[in-house]
Amino acid sequence: MEFMKQYWAPLVCGLAIVAVLPLIVGYVVLVERKIMADMQARLGPMRVGPHGLLQPIADAVKLLIKEDIIPDDADKLVFWLAPVLSVGAALLAMAGLAIGPAFQIAQDINVGILFVVGVSAMGIFGIVLGGWASNSHYSLMGALRSSAQLVSYETAAGMALVCGLLFAGTLNVTSIVEAQRNQGIWFGLLAPVALFTYLVASIAETNRAPFDLPEAESELVAGYMTEFSGFRWSLYFLAEYTNMIVVASVATTLFLGGWLRPFSETRWLNFIDFFPPLLTAVIGVYCLMRTPKQPARVQQLFMLAVAGLCFAVAAVLASPVLVPIAKPSLAAAVRPFYAGIHGGFWFIFKVSAYIYFFMWLRFTLPRYRFDQLMRLGWHFLIPLSIINVLLIGIAMIVGVYYHLNGWRLLLATLPASIMALIIALFILALDQKGEAQKAPSRAPDSYA
Amino acid sequence: MLDQAIFYLFAGVAVVSAILTVTRRNAVHSAIFLITALLATAGIFLELRAEFLFIVQIILYVGGIMVLFVFVIMLVNLDVAVRQLQFARQKWVGLLISLALAAQVGLMLWSSRKIPGQGVPVLNAVPADKLPPNSEEVAKSLFSSYLLPFEIASVLLLVAMIGAVVMAKKRT
Repeated sequence: MEFMKQYWAPLVCGLAIVAVLPLIVGYVVLVERKIMADMQARLGPMRVGPHGLLQPIADAVKLLIKEDIIPDDADKLVFWLAPVLSVGAALLAMAGLAIGPAFQIAQDINVGILFVVGVSAMGIFGIVLGGWASNSHYSLMGALRSSAQLVSYETAAGMALVCGLLFAGTLNVTSIVEAQRNQGIWFGLLAPVALFTYLVASIAETNRAPFDLPEAESELVAGYMTEFSGFRWSLYFLAEYTNMIVVASVATTLFLGGWLRPFSETRWLNFIDFFPPLLTAVIGVYCLMRTPKQPARVQQLFMLAVAGLCFAVAAVLASPVLVPIAKPSLAAAVRPFYAGIHGGFWFIFKVSAYIYFFMWLRFTLPRYRFDQLMRLGWHFLIPLSIINVLLIGIAMIVGVYYHLNGWRLLLATLPASIMALIIALFILALDQKGEAQKAPSRAPDSYA
Repeated sequence: MLDQAIFYLFAGVAVVSAILTVTRRNAVHSAIFLITALLATAGIFLELRAEFLFIVQIILYVGGIMVLFVFVIMLVNLDVAVRQLQFARQKWVGLLISLALAAQVGLMLWSSRKIPGQGVPVLNAVPADKLPPNSEEVAKSLFSSYLLPFEIASVLLLVAMIGAVVMAKKRT
């Protein structure tokens, strides 16, 4: 029983994540389609449920009952293993993340952020082995592109993480956020260049547009997942979106203050605490306003239910803010509740904003050519990130010497970041000048 | 009890997949079993509460080196490599050497069992929450007592890197 006492909470949390995550991913896909529709001035999915709110469930059922096809010449075992590897690595990485001060499955891992990054990088094997096992040229090309891309951008992402870790002085996820609370400033503001590098590298690592070369449908059908269908295909899909959530969470934890509210230590800005309940309440009011316009009675009822859910969430979010105002004696009792609920809200809010930025880029920028992608990675991002680590390190020494902390640390790190950017751009310019002189014009190499 | 069970599980997986790595004909299957062996070793590190070694094993060997391995295996023509009979000539020599090695290790373990306090040093078990933070300790020893070897290894790696760049560079 001692065994159970120690392990039941992580076990239940882990099962909850594995059970709920496909649903969350389904709704992320719906949101993506809705945002895409909005940016392209159309409506998006509207048929299943009010405003297409039940579309993910319909899609999931469709994928589950589809025929499962394995090509004749495929390597059966590896074909079976590959999607499982991908999704397993992505789900395992979720275990190291902390959504609030208390909500974390694998609590207080000493190497927390490295665990998340390292385990999620293992998902590449699912892609590579899947592409190889399909025994198809398109798949193999997609897999090769994917591994080349991931290996190239992993370095830049790692160096960007090192920048953030320099400020934090620890690898533990909880302590990283606590360090940002103590400093009173998010590390993303202290090292904007590192945040930018991580942003670009994380898009490349999750194989999303404009870096979605491994699954460029105009060149490779669907890249590494060309031969996969039905449930196996949906596993790849699940892994891709889970990875998006994972990289967004890593960036949130390290650069955007984790579960801290903006300006969490500034007292006169405490009114920001009213933002979460107000936001959910406004969404609820909007749902109520849309209810009479729904065509069918069922859809009206569903819309009412969504509005009710929003108001319930708003009430829960408002209670820890309003109770201390009404009864100051209860303030101390409500504080842990406040930290948990509002921490969760801010974390999810920041992760959503980061993912929204991903989607925005996807619908805005055209796809890179493969040699352009490699050039951007090796000739710009990697030098930039290495120089940035070097200069931020020097800035940290200057900061320690002059006892700078919090916002005043910006005095040292901001010039360092700007200098790193200038040097990297200079290197890029020199490099392009050399390229232009040397090679007249040769056909771009397909995947090298 | 649980610790021992976990250790034997990981150790068994590591040994079996190491054997499968060298016996599989298909290079990609070999690579998969090598990954499994490396992961099992990482599991043993984690079981010893060496969290930093565990994650470095995963990031470096599994996430870095093996990805490149698989990449290269897919780039070269596999069919030729599969048809060729590999490592045939060294079979008996290899067997002899590995038997000698096994005998050596076995002898050491056996002798240390007989005389307590000698042979294999046995460290005292420390409860997990009493251990100093792992990565910090590694960093401290790397940058204080082992600074010179660390720098020499770094220079060696740098030399290898520059050499690779020079060799890969096209002559114009």
